[in-house]
Amino acid sequence: MWADVLAALLGLLAVILYAILAGADFGGGVWDLLASGPRAVRQREAIGAAMGPVWETNHVWLIFLVVLIFTCFPSVFATLGIALFVPLSLALLGIVLRGAAFAFRGPAYRDLPTHKVWGVIFGVSSLATPFLFGASAGGIATGSFSWTRPMSIAVGFFAIALCAQLAAVYLTVETRSALRGDFRQRAYYATIAVAVAGLVALATGAAGEPALISHLRAPLPIAIIAIAMLLGIVVLVLLRLDYVHWARVAVAAEVTAVLCAWYAAQAPYILSELGVTAPAAPHLTLLIFLWTCLLGGVVLVPSMLLLFAVFKREPID
Amino acid sequence: MGTSLEFHFVFSALGVGMPFFMVVIEALWLRTGDRAYYSLARTWSKAMAAVFAVGAVSGTIISFELGLLWPEFMRYAGAIIGVPFSMEGFAFFIEAIFVGIYLYGWDRLKPFIHWLCGLPIVLGGALSAFFVMTANAWMNTPAGFRIVNGHVADVDPIAAMFNPAWRTEVPHTMIACYLFTAFLLASIYALKVLKGGDGSAQRALRVAMVCALVLAPTQIVVGDMSARFDAHAQPEKFAALEGQFKTESGAPLRIGGFPDRATHKTRGAIEIPYGLSFLATGNPHAVIRGLDDFPQDRIPNPVLVHPFFQLMVGFGFLMLFVALWWLFASRIFREVRARALLWAIVVMGPAALIAMESGWMVTEEGRQPWAARGYFLVSQSVTPANGVDVTFLGFSVIYILLAVTLLWLLVRIDRTSPEELTDVG
Repeated sequence: MWADVLAALLGLLAVILYAILAGADFGGGVWDLLASGPRAVRQREAIGAAMGPVWETNHVWLIFLVVLIFTCFPSVFATLGIALFVPLSLALLGIVLRGAAFAFRGPAYRDLPTHKVWGVIFGVSSLATPFLFGASAGGIATGSFSWTRPMSIAVGFFAIALCAQLAAVYLTVETRSALRGDFRQRAYYATIAVAVAGLVALATGAAGEPALISHLRAPLPIAIIAIAMLLGIVVLVLLRLDYVHWARVAVAAEVTAVLCAWYAAQAPYILSELGVTAPAAPHLTLLIFLWTCLLGGVVLVPSMLLLFAVFKREPID
Repeated sequence: MGTSLEFHFVFSALGVGMPFFMVVIEALWLRTGDRAYYSLARTWSKAMAAVFAVGAVSGTIISFELGLLWPEFMRYAGAIIGVPFSMEGFAFFIEAIFVGIYLYGWDRLKPFIHWLCGLPIVLGGALSAFFVMTANAWMNTPAGFRIVNGHVADVDPIAAMFNPAWRTEVPHTMIACYLFTAFLLASIYALKVLKGGDGSAQRALRVAMVCALVLAPTQIVVGDMSARFDAHAQPEKFAALEGQFKTESGAPLRIGGFPDRATHKTRGAIEIPYGLSFLATGNPHAVIRGLDDFPQDRIPNPVLVHPFFQLMVGFGFLMLFVALWWLFASRIFREVRARALLWAIVVMGPAALIAMESGWMVTEEGRQPWAARGYFLVSQSVTPANGVDVTFLGFSVIYILLAVTLLWLLVRIDRTSPEELTDVG
């Protein structure tokens, strides 16, 4: 029994890391689309420079998550693939276009006529993908597996706001002077958007999703949601005081709390609602998977620290 | 699914092959101090950025599509063959991390350290290919589980990974990645030399052709092993490869020709008497089972297999021939100026691509109608969800768009001078 629980917790870890790392890359795309003011070009360059070395590594968390689900919980994978065929196919499209567009609009191709087009594709797909993932997550959380219900759509917008907030806060750490001011301004807006979208999502849930609300009304989810809200305020305060490094930690913690609340609220019934009777893979498969993660992690963690040490220590000029 | 794989295969083959050549060329720069090698390494590193990005996203498509298009197959097989995919996940992590460091670290790291950071990319790429191909080999020769009362039982993921076909299929595919990259680079730089290119084009051409010279004959030997493996492990696939309808002893080797399913004959082939029996078993009189000998709803369509097999083998030998021609014409690794040879190398770029993709057709179409041979049909695998046709069309369009753009950008990159490239990254 412990092996499938451990695998499921690793899955949560992968979701969190994908959200706080790759989520910020999607948010970067959103700010690329919304770049404005006298420093619009420099904003885009800063986003490109911040994402460039790390976005592919961040993206691998999604692949890891997918592989984890189909190795350890093949029935869940099959059922989700069928139930969420449309939003996941569209999200996939978004991922493909976003990644390719980021590469194709890179500095090496700055002078080509296609540069602008790929830039727009980059922004739009960065907006659409977190929406689709959010709406799918909303569909899973409500147990309806529909991504078009009001609550699912609200969660989709909430996901966009979270990504934008992550990116803006991270970028305040990675830029200087006036450019930092731009991103701090954006971080304020995004935090407010997160609060509004979050409350709208809860309100639509209260209006139309009694099953979800009854799960959320347990002490643990309520506590986690309260912590998430508190952290949102902490982010604003830290930004105001210009403690940008701490703001980065706080915003990542905030998103982690949101995901933990989602997990805690739906964990008990996600599988039974789907009619999945034998969710986990055989014990030996789980065991080998966990050993793979342990050994892989021994190589992965130092490599990842090296990557961040090389590129994330100093602000971009 | 097949279309996605065809495209992903091109990008990922370059993703496996390119880092190797990048590291070799940077090592040559470090050893010789020759600036020409440095500018080549910088150019290839730029190309690598785009190739790797597209390879990564098309790989994501594959992992998603397993669930979106083949959910029932994954329900059946996920626990059996998920393990190599998870190992590939980690190899891919390492690859992605060091790609980031390598591509963006040119000016941040000391040259030798930078070169060292290239090595995990090569290793990660090779391991990714290795793991994912063991999973594909499993589809050809499923192992590591039993069926008890219609249910999968006694799953042994390690035995599944090292199933019978991995020994031939995995090396054959991995060599294909490097060989294709070698000829693609050789082709691009031969064209540059033809257009009056400088010393750096000659250097790149030499590096690529030396690798091609080693890999082309190796690939033919491994390919032969692979076909002989099929002859006993997947006889219906082997029959489809060779356009063999009748079961006969002393079967001829058919070169070319078109399998006609109506008359159960392969028309227009050059037949070498006893050739097939001899190649498959070493005995010219051995019995080769033909397609007619198997249940007709459990055999692959030879029309989709035999011609592609011919293309792959034909171009394989042509590559060997061109590599040898280069060896003699260059009087062992010197510069070549013979226009006929240079044009032949140029043509070998697309030829290597066709050979590799044909090989993929052969192994995938040759396994039909099975998803996992003998256990699970493709028709049992597919999703009941609506809109699969639309998705398929959409993704095909996207793939074509990406491939065209990538190619166009790669050509452009090659035209940009290295001086312009040094300040970006």
